[in-house]
Parts: sequence; C-alpha cells; structure tokens
Amino acid sequence: MQNWIPFIPDAASTVAGQVDGLYFYLTGVTIFFTLLVYALLILFIIRYRRRNPREIPRPIAGSIKLESMWTVIPFLIAMSIFVWGARLSFTQYRMPAEALDIYVVGKQWMWKFQHTTGQREINELHIPVGRKVKLTMTTEDTIHSFFVPAFRTKADVVPGRYQYLWFEATKPGRYELFCAEYCGTNHSGMTGYIVVMEPTDYDNWLSGGANQQSPVAAGQQLFQTLGCATCHSDAGQGGRGPALAGLLGKQVQLNNGQTITADDSYIRESITDPQAKIVAGFGPIMPTFKGQVSEEQLLQLVTFIKSLSPAQTEGKAATAPARENNPQTGTASPEAQGTTAPDVQRSNPVGPTAPNAGQGGGAQSTESQRSNPVGPTNNNARPKQRQRRQ
Amino acid sequence: MAAHVETHHGVEAHSALQHHFDNMEQQREAGSLGMWIFLVTEIMFFGGLFMAYLLYRTAYPEAFAAGSNHLDWKLGGINTVVLICSSLTMALAVYFAQVGSKQLQIIFLVLTMVLGATFLGIKAVEYHEKYVDHLIPIPGFQWEEKNIPKDVAPQEREGFKRHVQMFYWIYFAMTGLHALHMIIGLGLLAFLVYFTWRGRYTPEYHAPVELTGLYWHFVDIVWIFLFPLLYLLGRHLGGGH
Amino acid sequence: MQVLESEEFETPVASRVNYLNATYGLKSWLLTKDHKRIALLYLGSVSFFFFLGSIYAMMIRLELLTPRGDLVQSQTYNKLFTHHGILMVFFFLIPSIPTVLGNFLVPLMIGAKDLAFPRLNLLSWYIYMVGGILTFWALLNGGVDTGWTFYVPFSTTFSNTYVVAAGLGIFINGFSSILTGLNFIVTIHTMRAPGMTWFRLPLFIWAHYATSLIMILGTPVIAITVLLVALERLARIGIFDPALGGDPILFQHLFWFYSHPAVYIMVLPGMGVVSELIANFSRKNIFGYSFVAFSSIAIAVFGFLVWGHHMFVSGQSMYAGMIFSFLSFAVAIPSAVKVFNWTATLYQGSISYDTPMLYGLGFIGLFVIGGMTGLFLAAIGLDIHVHDTYFVVAHFHYIMVGGTVLAYLGGLHMWWPKISGRMYPEGWARFAALVIFVGFNLTFFPQFLLGYMGMPRRYHAYPADLPVWQVLHVMSSAGASILGMGLTLPLIYLVWSMRYGRKAPANPWALPGLEWRTPSPPPTENFAVTPVVTWEAYEFAPPEELKVIGKFEPGDEADHPAVTKG
Repeated sequence: MQNWIPFIPDAASTVAGQVDGLYFYLTGVTIFFTLLVYALLILFIIRYRRRNPREIPRPIAGSIKLESMWTVIPFLIAMSIFVWGARLSFTQYRMPAEALDIYVVGKQWMWKFQHTTGQREINELHIPVGRKVKLTMTTEDTIHSFFVPAFRTKADVVPGRYQYLWFEATKPGRYELFCAEYCGTNHSGMTGYIVVMEPTDYDNWLSGGANQQSPVAAGQQLFQTLGCATCHSDAGQGGRGPALAGLLGKQVQLNNGQTITADDSYIRESITDPQAKIVAGFGPIMPTFKGQVSEEQLLQLVTFIKSLSPAQTEGKAATAPARENNPQTGTASPEAQGTTAPDVQRSNPVGPTAPNAGQGGGAQSTESQRSNPVGPTNNNARPKQRQRRQ
Repeated sequence: MAAHVETHHGVEAHSALQHHFDNMEQQREAGSLGMWIFLVTEIMFFGGLFMAYLLYRTAYPEAFAAGSNHLDWKLGGINTVVLICSSLTMALAVYFAQVGSKQLQIIFLVLTMVLGATFLGIKAVEYHEKYVDHLIPIPGFQWEEKNIPKDVAPQEREGFKRHVQMFYWIYFAMTGLHALHMIIGLGLLAFLVYFTWRGRYTPEYHAPVELTGLYWHFVDIVWIFLFPLLYLLGRHLGGGH
Repeated sequence: MQVLESEEFETPVASRVNYLNATYGLKSWLLTKDHKRIALLYLGSVSFFFFLGSIYAMMIRLELLTPRGDLVQSQTYNKLFTHHGILMVFFFLIPSIPTVLGNFLVPLMIGAKDLAFPRLNLLSWYIYMVGGILTFWALLNGGVDTGWTFYVPFSTTFSNTYVVAAGLGIFINGFSSILTGLNFIVTIHTMRAPGMTWFRLPLFIWAHYATSLIMILGTPVIAITVLLVALERLARIGIFDPALGGDPILFQHLFWFYSHPAVYIMVLPGMGVVSELIANFSRKNIFGYSFVAFSSIAIAVFGFLVWGHHMFVSGQSMYAGMIFSFLSFAVAIPSAVKVFNWTATLYQGSISYDTPMLYGLGFIGLFVIGGMTGLFLAAIGLDIHVHDTYFVVAHFHYIMVGGTVLAYLGGLHMWWPKISGRMYPEGWARFAALVIFVGFNLTFFPQFLLGYMGMPRRYHAYPADLPVWQVLHVMSSAGASILGMGLTLPLIYLVWSMRYGRKAPANPWALPGLEWRTPSPPPTENFAVTPVVTWEAYEFAPPEELKVIGKFEPGDEADHPAVTKG
C-alpha cells in the first residue's frame, strides 16, 4: 500500500496500515518539533552571536506563562499519542474470537509450526489471505520473539507459558519472519517466511499439492526449509551438527566407539531417529523429524545429501533396508497418506532413484562445482572441529 | 579524656576533625546523612529479595505455607526478642557515649555483642536443623511426602516440592544476607570497644558509635520484617509443629 | 576568543603550587584523597574503557557492511555486541560524567574543599577498577554472549560463556556507583559554602543530585539481580527458571527497575553539563532556573516508574502496559521542558562559538531527535512493531552518544583549562566537534529507517534480498568510521595540550561560577579562603569583577593551606 513511500516495509496485514498511520503522525510531530527547535537555535545563534567580548546581556529570569505553555502543549500531544498507541495495542493484542489456530514452538534456532489439520512446517508458515490467524506460541528453551515486519506485529515467546498473537494477511506473498529477542549463537539465523496464499491455493497446499520438482532440488529446498542448514551448513555456522558434504560412503566414528559406513539408511535413520547413532563429538540435540517429513520427502532429502558427494554413485546396499523401514514410517505420517502412497511405491525401487541421481548429477553440475571447493576443505576441517568440541 | 586537643590549629579544632570540614558539627552531619543514605541503599538491596519473596509467595501460597510451617517459630521468636534487646543495649551504649561514661559504654557495647552472637548462635542451630532434615536447597534437598498437603494432585506433587525448595532458597538468601550484616555489625562493635577503651570517643566526638548504632538498628528492623514473613505468615494454613 | 581579554585582568601565576604539582610520584596519585586527582584517575580509566568499547563497535559496523556473516562467526559477533554494551554502559556511560566532571567540579562549584568522604571516593575508584578489570578479564578469556541485558533463561541456562565473572565485575562496579552517589548527596547537603543556597547552585549540581538519588536507589537492585543470576547459574536455585517454577519475566522487572533509571544516570549529568554550556557561553542566566532544576528531580522520580515500557511485547498484562506507557509519556515532559528552556536561554544572549558551545548546541539538536523518537517507543501500538529493532538501537544511541558523549566532551573542553591549566587548540577542537556531529548522524540516522523496515537488533547477518538494507548499513558503517576519527581527535590534542597548550588563566571564559574564582589548576584545598557567595547562579559580570577569591601571590603558596584552616 505505502510502497511508494521510501523506507516503509511491505504492509500486508489489517493492522499494518493503522501502525503506519500512527508512525506517520509521530514522524510529523517529530519533524515539526525538530524543525521548530532547529529554526530557533539557528536564528538565535546568528542573531545573538557575541559581537563584543565584554558585552553582558540583560538577564531574563523566565516566564511562568511560557513554561506552562511548553509543559501543557507537549503533554497534550503526548497524551494524544498515548491514547492512539494504547488503542492500537488493543487491536493488536486482543485475540479474535474466531480464527485459524496455528501452534508455534520456538527452539534454538528454528520456528516450528503445526496446523490444526496436522501439517507441520519449519521456518515457513503457509496461511490464507483474508482470514484471521491466531498463533499459540511457546518455546522449548530460551526466550524468542515472533516478528513479522510486514504484519507490524511481534510477541515474545517465553518458556513455561503460552503467548498469543494474531494477524490477518491482506495480500498474498512471502514475508520475512524474524526472531527479535536475542536467543544465542545463531539468533540471526532464526528466520523464516510467512507464505500468504489465496484461499484456493491454500486449500491445495493443505491437501498436499503436487510437487513437480526433481528430488534433488526438492530435497535441497527441504534441507533449507526444515532448518537442517542451521546446524549442518557448509559455512560451519554454529557447527552443532556434522557437515554433510562428501559424507556418503565414508566411515563415521560414533560416540559409543562404533564405526559405521554412512549410507542411505543411516542418513534416513538419523533424520527420523536422531538419537540412535550420534557422531562422536556432537550432542544429542537434533529433534526428530519423524512424522514431519513424508516418506517422499525423506527420499528427496537423502537424494540431496547424496548429491553433496559427487564421487558417490552406489547406494545399492542402502536401498534394501530403506525399503524395510518404509511401511513403518509410512503409517506414521498420516497427512500424506492419500497422495503419497502411490509415490512411495513408485520411488521405492532403485529404478526411479538411479536416473534421478544421474540426472541430478548433470543438472547439479554447477551446484556441485560450487560445493566442491567447500567439500574437501570441510572434510579437512571436520576432524579438527570435533577435537575442539571434545 | 582529651576533649580538645591542643594543636597549632587553635583550640577550636578537634583532633578528629578532617581537613576538608569547617567544624565538627558539619562533619557529624555529613557522617550521619551518609549513614542514612547507605541504609536506604541497603533497603533497596534487600528489596529485590523481598520482591521475589512476595511474587512467589503469591504464586505458590500452599508450598510457601508448608515450607514456612516447617521453620521453628519458637527459635525465631527467641531470636526476635534477643535482637530487640540488643537494640536497647546499643541505644544505651550510644547514650553513654554522649554523656561520656566510658565504662558503661564499654559494658553496653559488649552486651550488644553478646546478644548479637547469641542471635547468630541460635541461627546456626536452626541452619543445622535444616541441614539434618535435608532442607538445604541444593541437589540433596528432600521434602517428605507426608509434608505435602493431601489435596495436592499426584502430578503436582513434584512441582510442589520444587516450590518448597524455592521457599528455602529465599529463606536462606534472606536470612543469610541478614546474618552477614550481623557479622559485619559484630566486627564494627569490636572496633568500637577497642577505640572506646583507648579513649577515642568523647561527648563531642562519638560519631562512629552513633553511626554503628544506626546500622545495628537497621539490621534489627530487617529481622523484624523477616520474622513474620518467613516464620509466621500462613501458619494457620497448616499444622506446624 | 575571550582568553585574551581575561588575561588582561588576571596574570597566571607561573610556579604556583596546585593540585597537580603539590606532590609527585605514583604513590601520591594512587593514595590521593584529593577529589581532583581522583577525577583524573577516573578520566584515564573511563577513557580506556571507552576506547575498548569503541573498538568493539567498529568491528560490529564492519561485520554489518555485508548481509552475510563473513567477517566473524555468529558466536564472535554475539560477543562483540555484548562486550560493546557492557563496557560502554557499565564502565563508560554510567560513570563518565559523574566520576570525572562531577568528582572534579562538585566541591569546586559549591565552595567546598573536598567531597564529604574523600576516602570513600578513592575507594570507589578502586572498586571501579577491580570490577572493570574482572569484567575485562572475563571478556578476554572467552567473553560473554548474553547481550548486556543478561536476559534469563539464556544467561542462566543456555549461554556457555563467562557470565558469572562478568556479572561479578558489574556487581562490584555497582558499589562504586553507590559510593559516588552517596558522596555527592552528602556533600551537596552539608558542605555548601556560606551563601550558597539551594537555588544559587549551578544546574550541574542539581543534575548530579538527581543522578545520585538514582544511583543509591537503583544500583542495589541490579546488584541483587546480578547476584541472583549468578546463583541461578551456579546452583540452579530456580528463581528465574520456569522448569523449576521460577519466572523469567521477574528478571526483566528487576533488571529494568534499575536499568531504566540507569538511562537517566547516563543522561541527567549530561543535561547538567549542557545547562552550564548553554548558560555560560551565551552569558545568560538559564531561562526558568527552577523549572530546569526540578525537572531533573522529576526525571529521577518518574524514571523509577517506567521500567515496564521495556516489556510491552513480553506478555505483561495490557493494562500494566498502558500504565507504563502513560508514565513514559509523562517522563518525556520534563525533558521537553529542559529543551525549550535551553533554547529560550539563547534568546537575546551573547552567544560565543567556542567549542564547548558547539557541543552544547549539538546536544540539544540530537537530544530533540533522540527524545522524540522515544515517544515512538512509548506508544505501545508502535512499539510492538519497532521493539528490539534497529529503531531502538538508533534511539538510545541518539540519547547516549548524541546526548551523554557530546555533553561529556563539551564539559571536558569547557573545564579543560581548569583541570589541566592549559588551553586546548580551539581550531582543532571545533573541527573535531563538527566531524563528530556529522559522523554521528550518518551512523545512527539510517538505523531509524532500518528499524522501521524491520531489521532486528543483534543480528549477525541480514536478508540479502533487501538491497536497501545493505545500503543503509553501509551508510551507517561509513558514518561510524567518521565518528571514530572524530572521537580520536580530542584524545590526541587534549593530551598534546597538557604539555604544549597555552597556559590557562584562572577564568578564561569570564564566568561567574565558583570554580572560576580559584586559579587554574586549583590548589589542593581548592580555595585560598572559604568563599562567601553573594551572587545568584549565572550572574554574569564584567571580567574585572570576576577575580580569584583570596590571595595567591607567588610567595604565598607554602602558606596557603594554613590560611584556609584559619
């Protein structure tokens, strides 16, 4: 709406315009008083500059009339702002009676969402346009703060209690979500997006929506949206999880002394049951993604992680155990039952995956070139990092 | 006793007059105002703990009542009496400093110290009891099941214990801080006894005695607040012992 | 410049004994009870911590040049802004004006020989140093990453850094503030010279009185709060831990109960300095003296009632929020009154363009913006959006840097001839003031815009798909480097002037204040005889009438301490 005014963020909620209104009013008042004081200062320092070093100006004691004037007028203006601001806050913080409920859990350093229909999302929240959405929020660890600039609203998320926030988006789009309360190392990585969709698109999305992306690309996107990159990124930010580039086929030292080969099933297990086999030097901090990613998505993730190891071609041994696990987790993710069950059947055999991997290798050649330089250095850096952490 | 020391400053200058004050009156005024302000900061210091106490007492009244009932109000009461007596002896010591009676001043200072030490002794007995009962709020803290009211639901009993533990934290923090002030007070009194014996204080100059008196009364008053808050409040809610 | 004129009527005494040359040797400084020497000890240590804090600030600005976190890792960045905040708030802004200018000037301005408790004064410096060094040690040995606010449960449970050591340093440092405040209040109450009534006090003294009230009432609360954080960390007492039944919001209440008034500890002395700058360099008595004086007290009192405005989005009740919002608007009024009175003081004045006045005018100009943007944050509806964004960062830097630091520098220049006995180089000083003003605005104005656009504070990296964010960040960083250069200049030329500056006469600006009625630098006992005040505050007079009180002949100096005793 106000996009033609510079330095005003997207306004995409019903309250955004009201907040902007108060902002413009205050900016006006500020500019008025600033100009007033500056004009007087400049006028006085030019007009009454010292002309003779010995001059003694006539003293003026003060004036009750003026004093009361500049006590009362600013007070009245302040009260107008106070009343406006307080009324606005009631609009922002009084919860609507009827709204689409969404549950939010903050965790170092990701936002986890769950829709009433069961869908879970991480760092990305899909909502329909023109409908009131009410968030019920809490946190697993420290204080976070849910902040969407385009909606002009924010609330701290405090451990041990529920906080509520509502908004109604007015136009479709992708809007930044920030954690505004400092929450530790990767505070600035605790961001995400609110995806506002037309109601029909939203319904489509809710019912699963077709995914036409290649498994590698889809997997890469999942890797980002699920927040895996927060801990497993190549940049080494946080370093809370092992780096994944070049992992496939390598020997991995576990924290119980065992050594295993990192294959597809191991990666899969690590996603659904992270505590089962923990790499030496890392803490048991990864949350389980069981039930949050469908079978199809799991496969996409594994394919993507595999693509980070360009030399890695096989994986035949790994697919067999993967198949064994499929029915089990397939039932554990009810949200995808209807649409994904055939997909699972189709993608279970090695056939579809192998071409994909080959295709991915071709399509991702630039990708792997980019990640190649990082891969080896990271490989070298990894043992060092572990030593440091021990 | 040398009320006025013969110096080259002339007869008006007292030996205890510091160079930057004009006269003894100004110096005494500054000293006592300084002490009052210091006591104000002390009130604010305890104030943070009082606020925490009030907040959690409101949040967890049953647990706090249970914890409170477990304290020995008789020992606490005796201690209150002991402290009030020590305030009286302290006031008398100040009085005898004003009239210049050195011996009585020493007697009452020592009496104050004895009463102060008695308080700390009784406090130590109480702390020991808590230690024996595993009520020191560290990992070994234990609160017996039978001391949890029956109407507390099973799933809330663990929380109840934690809240009792928090009561004991506040109890130890507040009484510990108070005891620390008592110990500092005893040190100041010992210092006073020594210098009184040396004849330092006169009816004209006894500001340290007065100021220590103020401090001692303050510490007593803190206890007057602590005793009902920690020992008595909510006693009718439970059985006690 | 007026110095030439004043030299006509007052010849500086070349070899006179003063507080600087009365005794020599390190011991004579480290064991001094002279408030003026203690002020210099503070000047050195406060400058040191300011310098350190500035280095951290430069690194923060460098990192934010690009959206990606490429200069330092996020863990390091978190330590940078934490260290910057801790050093600047606790070891520069809170002590700066009171301990340097206040220590030096409070006794001189009221006609006393020293503060009421000189030993406590020295003790306060040692406590400050112990606290400072302990904190500094903690910062060097791994650092702290909690932010200067130490919010729980992050600081008690999740942070894996030297929280306890840094907290202990701040705890210890608090006692230094308490002693300073106590000393000022007692001194102002009991040691004013004959004839120096309350309403003849310079406004600097009123401001310091108000500041001291906050110091003695607020500091103990932060002390106990930091102690509780340390206990919670070490022993898991559960007082702030929701898992054990505690309340993390209680910490915020206790913390801001001190830390909001602490904002006024930082800015009130600056307002006192500016009242002096504006009145003295326009040779006008301050317009509405009693309004300005009482507004300081009003700010100190109201300042204790508005802490909740830091917690509008923390989930406190909306009605509590409304009350805090209302009181926050109320506390803005005394500040507005001050600004209007300063401006009105200039009317029909005789305004000089000397450096201290430039700082004074700069202060008013920036304080207007800083104060007005405070209203944005006091309005709950708007604060919900800008809370914890760069808008807040910009706002408090306008108050702290634009206000306190400019006032501190202005005061330092105004009283530099008195402190050092030398004049600073006027041309360089004016140039530096200009550079600082420009650099400051360039650094912090873009942050208002960033904040409203939603840039959260304490972010190590920011979205790259918003190019305008980077533009504003680059502007801010460029401004910071200009500001940094501007701040380096006084450091160089003031030190230079201590040796090579022109000798200062007793009253270089021809001012009526008591501190100008004794030689520059003053003798250890401040005045030759106890002054008797017969004039009102800011009663300007021709230079001939503003002579040094008592006699200072070149041959007298050996005797003069005895004179004051008589």
